[in-house]
Amino acid sequence: MHPVRRQRLLIVLVIVVGASLAAGLIFYALRDNMNLFYSPSDIAAGKAPVDARIRAGGMVRAGSVQRPADGIEVQFVVTDYAADLTVRYSGILPDLFAEEQGVVVTGRLGGDGVFEASEVLAKHDEEYMPPEVSEALKQSGHIPVKP
Amino acid sequence: MIPELGTFCLILALCLAGVLAVVPLWGAASGRTALMALAAPLVAGLFTFVAIAFGLLVAALVGDDFSVQYVAGHSNSLLPLPYKISAAWGGHEGSLLLWLLILSTWALAVAVLSRALPLDMRARVLAVLGMVAVGFLAFVLFTSNPFARSLPFFPSDGADLNPLLQDVGLILHPPMLYLGYVGFSVPFAFAIAALLGGRLDASWARWSRPWTNAAWAFLGVGIALGSWWAYYELGWGGWWFWDPVENASFMPWLMGTALVHSLAVTDKRGLFRSWTVLLAIFTFSLSLLGTFLVRSGVLTSVHAFASDPSRGVFILGFLAVVVGGSLLLFALRAPAVSRHASLRLLSREYFLLINNVVLLIAVLTILFGTLFPIVADALKLGKYSVGPPYFNAVFMPLMMVLITFMGVGPLLSWKDTRDFNARKLLLGPAVAAVLVGLLFPAAYGGAFSWQVALGAVFGGWLLLLTLVDIWQKLRPGRRGLAGASRLSRSYWGMVLGHLGFAVLAFGVTFTSQYSVEQDVRMAVGESVQAGDYQFTLSGVEPVRGPNYQGDRGTVLVSRAGRQVATLAPEKRRYSAGSQVMTEAGIAAGLFRDLYVSLGEPLADGSWAVRVQVKPFVRWIWLGALLVAGGGVLAVTDPRYRRALRQTQRAGAAVAAAGTA
Repeated sequence: MHPVRRQRLLIVLVIVVGASLAAGLIFYALRDNMNLFYSPSDIAAGKAPVDARIRAGGMVRAGSVQRPADGIEVQFVVTDYAADLTVRYSGILPDLFAEEQGVVVTGRLGGDGVFEASEVLAKHDEEYMPPEVSEALKQSGHIPVKP
Repeated sequence: MIPELGTFCLILALCLAGVLAVVPLWGAASGRTALMALAAPLVAGLFTFVAIAFGLLVAALVGDDFSVQYVAGHSNSLLPLPYKISAAWGGHEGSLLLWLLILSTWALAVAVLSRALPLDMRARVLAVLGMVAVGFLAFVLFTSNPFARSLPFFPSDGADLNPLLQDVGLILHPPMLYLGYVGFSVPFAFAIAALLGGRLDASWARWSRPWTNAAWAFLGVGIALGSWWAYYELGWGGWWFWDPVENASFMPWLMGTALVHSLAVTDKRGLFRSWTVLLAIFTFSLSLLGTFLVRSGVLTSVHAFASDPSRGVFILGFLAVVVGGSLLLFALRAPAVSRHASLRLLSREYFLLINNVVLLIAVLTILFGTLFPIVADALKLGKYSVGPPYFNAVFMPLMMVLITFMGVGPLLSWKDTRDFNARKLLLGPAVAAVLVGLLFPAAYGGAFSWQVALGAVFGGWLLLLTLVDIWQKLRPGRRGLAGASRLSRSYWGMVLGHLGFAVLAFGVTFTSQYSVEQDVRMAVGESVQAGDYQFTLSGVEPVRGPNYQGDRGTVLVSRAGRQVATLAPEKRRYSAGSQVMTEAGIAAGLFRDLYVSLGEPLADGSWAVRVQVKPFVRWIWLGALLVAGGGVLAVTDPRYRRALRQTQRAGAAVAAAGTA
C-alpha cells in the first residue's frame, strides 16, 4: 500500500476504534447513573418512578427529624410546603444538615412512599440553597423566607 | 486610600497589557526590532503592578480593613495570621487576582529565561500572554474588583473565612493548581506564536516542552493536594468525588498529558505538528472552561463561591474569543505547516498516537458527564446529575487500555522497530503481572475481587515493563550504574512518571476495594471492630480554639490486643457564622490509614461515629507526586538549554551573515 494511504488508514483505524469505544462506554455507563431530580410535589403526584435511583429535595420540616433510641437510623420530612416526603437514612448526616434548611437526597422511592436515601447532601450556608430546591419551592409557590 | 491604589495598579497593568498585546505583534509583522524589544520591559511592568496590587490586598487583609468588601466577606479580626494572608485567594475576587499574579509571573519567567529565542518569536509569545492578561484584567476590573469598598457603612468585623478553608491545604492547593492552569497559557502562547510566524518546526516544540512539563507537573501537584485536602479536611475520608470542579482541573491535566507526549513526537520526529498545536489550544481552553465552571456559579459545590451571571457571561465570551480565535487562526495557518511522513505500527510515535487518542476520549467522556447536567438544565430537559459510578465505569476501562500501551511504548524505537522480540520482552512481564494479580489478594489477606486482581495486573504490567525498559537501555554497554548517567534526564523523568502512575493505579484500586467503613453509634467506653482493628471511644472533652469551640473525642485503636494509635477527632463550631466542621482523627501509614470522624451528638450522650480503615490510600498521592516529579526531572534536562543556546548561535550567525 502507498505509505501515505497506509498512514491514513492507521490513523483512521485508531480514531474509529476509539470513537466506538467511547460511545459504547458512555451508553453503558449512563444506563443507571443519570439521576433525575423530583420535588416532593412531583412525587406526591406520582410522577417519580418507584425503586429507581433518583434525587429529591426541599426544606427539612421543623421538628420532623427523629432518631430511634439506638442505632444511627434517622427519619425526617422534606417539604416544598405543598407536599411532604418522608426520608429514611442510615448513617451520619452532613455538618450542614439542619431543620428549616435545604437538602438534596439521592436514593430510591419505596412502594410505601418512603424515600430510602443512600446519600444526603446539604451543601449550603445562610445565603446559598441548592438550585433544585429553590426551583422546587418557586414552583410550589412558596418562595423561601429567610429566618 | 490603599485599596484605591490597588485598583489604580490594576488599571495601569491593564494599559500595559493592552500595549503588550498589540505593539510587539505589530513589530514582528513589520520587522521593527525596537517594537519587538518592547515586549520584555512591558511584561516586567505588568508583573510589577499586578504584584503591587496583590501585596495591597494582602495588606488590607492583614490590617483588618473591613471597609473593603472582600476583606469583610473573607476575613475576621480573630483569624490567625497565616489564614488572613491565604484569605487573599480564599474568595472569588482574590483568587482571580492570584490567577493574574501567576500569569504575569509565568510571562516574566518566559521573558527572562527565553532571551535566546529569536526576537520575533519571543515578541509574539509574550504578546499572546499579554492578550490573555488583558482578558483577565478586564474581568477583574469590570466584574470582580477585590478592592471594592462598602462605604460609608461598613461592618465592624468580618464574616470570617469559610472554616473549610482555614487549613494548610488551602494555603498550598490553589497556588499550585493555578501555577498549572495558568502555566498552560505558555504552551498556548508558543503554539499561537508559531502559527502566526509560520514557524511550526521541531525547534518550536523543543522550546515549548520544558514550559509544558513544568505547568503539567504543577497542575498534578495541585490536584493531588486538593485530593489530600478533601480527604482529611472534609472529614469523611473521600479522596475523589468526580465533582464537576475536580473534573474541571482533571481535564486540563489529562489533555496536558496528551500534549506532553505529543510534543515529544514533534520534537524528536517532526510529526503531529498540527495535532500538537491543537492540543496546546485545547489544553488552555479546558483551563479556561474550568475557570468558567468554577467561577460562574453554574455549579453547586464547595468551590462555587458567589454566583453572578455577568461573570459567567464574561468568561464564556472570553472562552469563545480564545477558542474561536485560535481555531480560526489554526484553520488559516495550519495547512501551510503540516507535513506527511510515514507512520508504522511498531513505532514509538504510533503508540504515542494511541496514548493521545485514549486520553482525548477520556477527556471527552468526562466533559460529557460534567456538562450534560448543565446543558440538560439549560434546555429544560430536567435536573439531572451524573454520579461517580458513570465516571468510574468509563474511566477505568480507558486507563486499562492506556496502561497496556503505556508499558510497551517506551520499548519501541522511533520510526520503526525492526527486531522487536515480543515474546522475549513481553511474555515474562505479562505472566508475572497476571500471577501478581491473582496472588495479591491472598497475600494481602483480603477477599478475592476481580477489581483488585485487575488493578494489580495492570499496575504490575506497567511496573515490570518499565523495569524491563531500563534494563534494555542500560544493557548495550554493560556499564551498569555508570550507564545510567548516559541516559538523559528526560528519560528518567519518563520512567519516574510511569512508575508513579503504576503506584497511583495500585493505590486507587486497593483503597477503593479494601477500605472498611462503619457508621456506628458509640457511647464513651464502647468499642467497634473494623477490619483487623478495634476502635474504642475512651472520652469526649470540650475544646476551645482561637476562633472556634467544640468537642474532641479520644479514640484508642488496637490490633490483636496491642494498641497501635490514639486518634483525636473533633467537632468544631466556628464563632463567626456558627458553621460546624468535622475534623477527622487520622493515623497515617504507608500501608494503611486509620480514620475516625465524629458525626453528631445523640440524645443519650453517645455520638454517631464513622470509623474507617483505608489501606494504601497514601499511594494515591505518592503516585501523583512521583508523576509530577517525573515532569520536574524532564524540565531540568540540559538538552533544552543546549537547544536554546544553539538557536542563539544560529541567530547570531545569520545576523552576522546579514551584516557582512
